[in-house]
Amino acid sequence: MKPTSEAQLAEFIRSAAGPIVVRGGGTRTIGACAGEVLETGGLSGVALYEPGALTLVAGAGTPLAQVEALLAAEGQRLPFEVPDMRGLLGREGHSTLGGVVAANASGPRRVQSGACRDSLIGVRFVDGAGTVIKNGGRVMKNVTGYDLVKLMAGSWGTLGVISEVAFKLLPVPEAGATLILHGLSDQQAVEAMAAALGSPFEVSGAAHWPGQGTFLRIEGFSASVAYRAGQLQRHLAGFGAVEVEEGTARWAGIRDVAPFHAAKGDVWRLSVKPSDAPAIVAQMGADAVLYDWGGGLIWALVEAGADLRGRIAGFEGHATRVRGCVGPGAFPPELPGVAVLTRGLRAKFDPRDILNTGLMDA
Amino acid sequence: MEMPAPNTMVLSAKSHIVARLRQVLPRDAVIEDETETRAYECDALTAYRCPPLAVVLPRTTAEVSDVLRICFEEGVPVVPRGSGTSLAGGALPTADCVILGVARMNGVLETDYDNRFIRVQSGRTNLSVTGAVEADGFFYAPDPSSQLACAIAGNIAMNSGGAHCLKYGVTTNNLLGVTLVQMDGTVLEIGGPYMDAGGLDLLGVICGSEGQLGVVTEATLRILPKPEGARPVLVGFDSNEVAGECVSDIIKAGVLPVAIEFMDRPCIEATEAFAKAGYPMCEALLIIEVEGSPAEIDEQLALIKTIALRHNPVEFREAADEDQAKRIWLGRKSAFGAMGQINDYMCLDGTIPVSSLPYVLRRIGEMSKEIGLDVANVFHAGDGNMHPLILFDANKPGDLEKCEALGADILRLCVEVGGCLTGEHGVGIEKRDLMNVQFAPEDLEAQLWVKDVFDPRWLLNPAKVFPLSVTAGRRAA
Repeated sequence: MKPTSEAQLAEFIRSAAGPIVVRGGGTRTIGACAGEVLETGGLSGVALYEPGALTLVAGAGTPLAQVEALLAAEGQRLPFEVPDMRGLLGREGHSTLGGVVAANASGPRRVQSGACRDSLIGVRFVDGAGTVIKNGGRVMKNVTGYDLVKLMAGSWGTLGVISEVAFKLLPVPEAGATLILHGLSDQQAVEAMAAALGSPFEVSGAAHWPGQGTFLRIEGFSASVAYRAGQLQRHLAGFGAVEVEEGTARWAGIRDVAPFHAAKGDVWRLSVKPSDAPAIVAQMGADAVLYDWGGGLIWALVEAGADLRGRIAGFEGHATRVRGCVGPGAFPPELPGVAVLTRGLRAKFDPRDILNTGLMDA
Repeated sequence: MEMPAPNTMVLSAKSHIVARLRQVLPRDAVIEDETETRAYECDALTAYRCPPLAVVLPRTTAEVSDVLRICFEEGVPVVPRGSGTSLAGGALPTADCVILGVARMNGVLETDYDNRFIRVQSGRTNLSVTGAVEADGFFYAPDPSSQLACAIAGNIAMNSGGAHCLKYGVTTNNLLGVTLVQMDGTVLEIGGPYMDAGGLDLLGVICGSEGQLGVVTEATLRILPKPEGARPVLVGFDSNEVAGECVSDIIKAGVLPVAIEFMDRPCIEATEAFAKAGYPMCEALLIIEVEGSPAEIDEQLALIKTIALRHNPVEFREAADEDQAKRIWLGRKSAFGAMGQINDYMCLDGTIPVSSLPYVLRRIGEMSKEIGLDVANVFHAGDGNMHPLILFDANKPGDLEKCEALGADILRLCVEVGGCLTGEHGVGIEKRDLMNVQFAPEDLEAQLWVKDVFDPRWLLNPAKVFPLSVTAGRRAA
């Protein structure tokens, strides 16, 4: 089923007899659930784009690539640097805006500009009973009523099927540079990244690829980038020589976890306290890791079927299996009191339990 | 403003309820004397007052949990209160409620510069969060005008913003975790010193829920390194339209100032009379502030100047030193005080698409003339968050009602052009009955579900945010 209007989408859900699997472009789906496939690709098109107001409103099925091209033509972009998961997950197809929101997909720039949920300013969606609901709007500051916009971001289609999204945007900076430190241990790398992120020099990316280097990104007007690159070189002198590479081309590979594309095994994504990251990595015994967000995000490659969560007990944070065996357990378990609330919310928003049934269950 | 009739069973059980609260709290943490509870009869929306049944001032999460469990068992409504600076009546009591004030919970629990967060008790004031880290070169970004007094608890409840959120976002973008006490006393930890809380984004919906989902007792907040410096410029224009176009052109050019503030002629005149900042007398004035090293600031301001000069400003004023920079901000920062000096005023908070600015200002001018009350406009132009100040005389019969009617019309206008009722102050009681203007019944219903799940008996701040007619069945249940 591929509705071409919100009304059709609502009618389809209202009359659905069984579970529905919600699908945008299918490029970043994780976990598994069963049912009739509902594709959102027909809900496509940019409803509003005002460069002077840094605002975009578009149908949930609008291809990400189309939006990125439209914004680039005006020198703007989505602030949160959407990862392309096709290489990592071995998928084809075209990512959609709705899928990006459902996954709260956010790249290396999160350390500076926040996650997808931080740039999302409005949603329209159809709940599990087939009712059309809107929340937020097209303005940047809005505290009118509860913020269901945030709730929908990262809900993986389990509360409703998103039909339209609104984002605030940012200008594309004039220039960028990548600072590279070589030969740091994981511990030293996380310390260097903390020193950079704790400086006033506006670092927009901080990643560590063991064996390859520790990378810091700065973006802005040319003279400012040159100035901050120099300041950071001095600021980080205690960690060794800092190479400055012009441009930011290598960040696409970090964003998309390129080092693991060809490697065999399961891939996990860990959200942790940055300074804990080296100890967690030492304890979990992964085949390979990639640190992003200054250590706050760890991508881990482990042997197929490994119970990674069992190996990191005792640390704050959580782990999601993004690639690996099909079946339950991709999403992290919730604390009992929190689980009561999320179950309660799902029962309200999807009373028949038909939207991506059980997808986020541990 | 209509408030629900107090529950007579609760009123008559006052001594029993107070006795139970005293069993779990120290002597000085329960206030029931009618002269003392009067101090809590209103927040910064002073037009509406009602002393509560009692006030509790707990010092720990465990005490908050005990209080809420008792109130839950006794069926007593609870109105959480930070510092009571809400302009929307978010902390207005009802006669049958217990006010739960978090002001005594103001400690810093943990400061972590490597991971760039601070964990505080929620009664701590906004400015003193920055105060705890600024000597080490950090700050907490959201900066509501009331930051000297307002508490983090209230900031989280209202998802507060400030002048600098164009660059740094509002409270929800700077909140990593909370300790939340539910109405039945259950204590939950949501989020923490990592970037995703995991699972559904409960933190996102708790922030901005106006104290209706739980009481936040502790918060993990993102702190940021202080910029090397900041500097404003002042630009005067002879029309609102041109000032609006200038804002749009600056944003399109790829400059991201930390603040773009806008004042119209009535506001400029009033603040000049009060603060004598030396502003040019013109139709519209922008204060634009950028950050960075001195060279970076020079570069950004040069670009802004080029753009602004294309719009033929009546004045483009730069700050040669710290003192001149202060003078540029002086009038803006005294705007509300200036208004208070000459009149009673009501401060609105609607947000509009930046592109609608000239139209909305023109319409406000027309509506102001029709009803015969002056309106001065001062607002955050970069993000379209307006603060029209309606001037009225509280001693003149009928003036408050006229003022409220004009306020409602202005907010309807904001919604009509694609904006919203409130950008950073919250709904409270003030905009409660306008929610139907912005939301269809099913949009509101979905929000009510969230409250049903977090507070099934509808005891937490129950008479706020939603029109009373919409919540009547739930509150009675």
